[in-house]
Amino acid sequence: MRLTFEVNGTRQVADDVWPGESLLYVLRERLGLPGTKNACEQGECGSCSVYLDGTLVCACLVAAAQAQDRAVGTVEGLAAGSGELDPIQQAFIETGAVQCGFCTPGLIVTTHDLLARNPAPADVEIREALAGNLCRCTGYEKILDAVRLAAERRATR
Amino acid sequence: MTAGSTRAQRGAETTSAPGGVGNSTLRPDGIPKVTGDFAYSSDLWMEDMLWGVTLRSPHPRARIRSLDIGAAVATAGVTAVLTHEDVPGSKHYGLEIADQPVLAIDQVRYAGEPVAIVAADHPETARRAAAKIIVDYEVLEPVTDSRAAMASGSPLVHATPTQDHYPGGGNILRHVRIRRGTPEAVADVVVTGEYDVGMQDQAFLGPESGLAVPAEDGGVDLYIATQWLHVDQRQVAQSLGLPDEKVRLSLAGVGGAFGAREDVSMQIHACLLALRANRPVKMVYSREESFYGHVHRHPATMRFEHGAQRDGRLVYVKAEVILDGGAYASSSPAVASNAASFAVGPYECDNVLIDGYVLYTNNPPCGAMRGFGAVQACFGYESQMDKLAAALQLDPVELRVRNAMHEGSVMPTGQVIDSAAPVAELLRRVRDAPLPADEASEDLRTMPGGVSNTTHGEGVRRGIGYAVGFKNVGYSEGFDDYSTARVRLEVVGGEAVATVHTAAAEVGQGLVTVMAQIARTELGVEQVVNHPADTSVGSAGSTSASRQTYCTGGAVKAACDAVRDRVFAAAAARELIVEGAVLREGNIVAPDGTVLASLVDVIGTHVVEETREFHHRPTGALTRDLGAPGAIGQGDAHVQFAFAAHRVVADVDTELGLVRLVEVTTAQDVGKALNPLSVVGQIHGGTTQGI
Repeated sequence: MRLTFEVNGTRQVADDVWPGESLLYVLRERLGLPGTKNACEQGECGSCSVYLDGTLVCACLVAAAQAQDRAVGTVEGLAAGSGELDPIQQAFIETGAVQCGFCTPGLIVTTHDLLARNPAPADVEIREALAGNLCRCTGYEKILDAVRLAAERRATR
Repeated sequence: MTAGSTRAQRGAETTSAPGGVGNSTLRPDGIPKVTGDFAYSSDLWMEDMLWGVTLRSPHPRARIRSLDIGAAVATAGVTAVLTHEDVPGSKHYGLEIADQPVLAIDQVRYAGEPVAIVAADHPETARRAAAKIIVDYEVLEPVTDSRAAMASGSPLVHATPTQDHYPGGGNILRHVRIRRGTPEAVADVVVTGEYDVGMQDQAFLGPESGLAVPAEDGGVDLYIATQWLHVDQRQVAQSLGLPDEKVRLSLAGVGGAFGAREDVSMQIHACLLALRANRPVKMVYSREESFYGHVHRHPATMRFEHGAQRDGRLVYVKAEVILDGGAYASSSPAVASNAASFAVGPYECDNVLIDGYVLYTNNPPCGAMRGFGAVQACFGYESQMDKLAAALQLDPVELRVRNAMHEGSVMPTGQVIDSAAPVAELLRRVRDAPLPADEASEDLRTMPGGVSNTTHGEGVRRGIGYAVGFKNVGYSEGFDDYSTARVRLEVVGGEAVATVHTAAAEVGQGLVTVMAQIARTELGVEQVVNHPADTSVGSAGSTSASRQTYCTGGAVKAACDAVRDRVFAAAAARELIVEGAVLREGNIVAPDGTVLASLVDVIGTHVVEETREFHHRPTGALTRDLGAPGAIGQGDAHVQFAFAAHRVVADVDTELGLVRLVEVTTAQDVGKALNPLSVVGQIHGGTTQGI
């Protein structure tokens, strides 16, 4: 089937899509956007977190066809471009919240969603918001640091 | 660790070269990892690539009566369907013992064992074709209990098991005996205990994956996430029946490892399919398949007997540690050696009787996972120390301090600890750290059971526990554990630039940062490029055993030393050098700070390149002489040790058994931290993985 939807503000067309494909597969394998990660493909780890019409979803749990005529936002679309990083991305690097980095894109998109809804989250709120994102390297401490730092910088911008 | 203390730490390190050793330099791969541009092994893509999938056994033990691939081959879109008959070289592989079939031959020994592989133009096509392969299994009763597997009447997992480490027998893959002192020692107080610890999984996030590309010379290029490129290369080449140089491996982005990428998973399979199809083949395991596709942490059944004096000093320890190795050897012999040699813990004890076993069973194969045998034993000996403290009515920290190993102490293996071993100091530090406040909050999220609303604080008690552990750094028992580094210095765009080329696997731990820091410090340059890791340079050994900063870092330093020697020789030829000069900020600098020459001037258009190896000091095998009681299992098997102490504060709902971990405090002896931010990150991550 042919699939038409918007990704990071650009209209995309994917042809010969098998109806069983997930949004994750189409992003990664057909549209050349592998920044959204394939860690569990069963909605447990949050590595494939993307926006679908502004709502945070696991791209692995969305059938590709469900994205027809809708707008998808991925980690590749967060930075302003021309080498600029989003403050959340910068905070993850500076605090040491990135090790292997496989969970990082999903965590950054989830944090982006959290701070958009709640610009000054308490620690328990950060933990709750990120509870669906698994990381095996960092032990989460530096990730909490990154979210706090990003919130702080957004507040003083 | 809070954000504040991280910043304070970073601000304090201003004495060394910018971005050099001792700084919390940020990762060079940080930006691509936060933007999504970093190419992990599962992200690789080629225009004409095929997808490979694996058919696995649903049975833990069965004979294969017949295998019919006809329907799979006939499926539209399928390019190749391969079985063990299609493996041109060695049909078995393995890290220490080649006992694992590339594809099952006439029988399967664990549920999940690969039986056939398929390449097709879409992953779903390949999966459906694999499902059409008809395997006629004669299902047999599996061997699943490691203690029962030791019994003489047990069915054999391997009809002719490989036992090149110790005369065991039956399903015993290795028996490590350690005897020291007298078995007749008499103690005032004796405590015994039996402990079982279950299987654990590394569960790295980036699934096993890679891309194999057939080459014009009849060889293959493999882009792969692994922990040791050269050990993969050797095993892949042997099974393909190709010389090593025709199997070229390049490290793709690695999404975590923790030991689970030491063994080959899809490497040989992808290469077999690519060579048969003459097309690039990508394989990516699903999460479920990943659990079948790599080794796990060994489950252990342990018995301990500790005898002590009234004052708490250990008189003797008897320990039996039985590890379930699963169907194939992997690194089990080395894991068993660790479990046995660390079975007493970081304590002094003159009389020891230790038996460590690892068994073949029909359970999933076990091998390396963070801690590598030291972890299972730790649960046993630390449980015993708590029991002993209770029996002696001693404070558990005080009991540990009284027995703590220190520099000069002797291991059960007779090895003298000849470097820092501040076990008592680590214990005191975690004991003396301030305790967390009792939050006395009504917020369910701070209760055991959380928002499942199981308690509002009634029945909740706070507990505090302590433990210490230790582990070897680097490979043990006589293995020539080395790493290779090639360092090049040249002028690019009017600036001296160093390029560091190794085959060392960056798996997230931050080696790429540390290698560049070492080059900056040694060569006095700002710009350091990490060449992609591949097999066109000598082996770097495994990213395992906390050894890469030590070994590959050592090789990078040695190569930098050699490059600097040549730069100094060139400078000397032009009389631009004095005794004691160093490289700093792009210049040759005299001891008094005078700039003697710039690197750009001295190097000119030359390329200064040197390759060096670093070998850690030799270790030896443990003695196995059964005729020498009192001195069995002795030897300087380990290079050096790392020590850690933990204090855990937990709230326990005593009615339901639910636990909320309030805080873990740890003190660890890390020596000089080359990158404090990374070291703290490793400690956070390792500690959390232990929880």
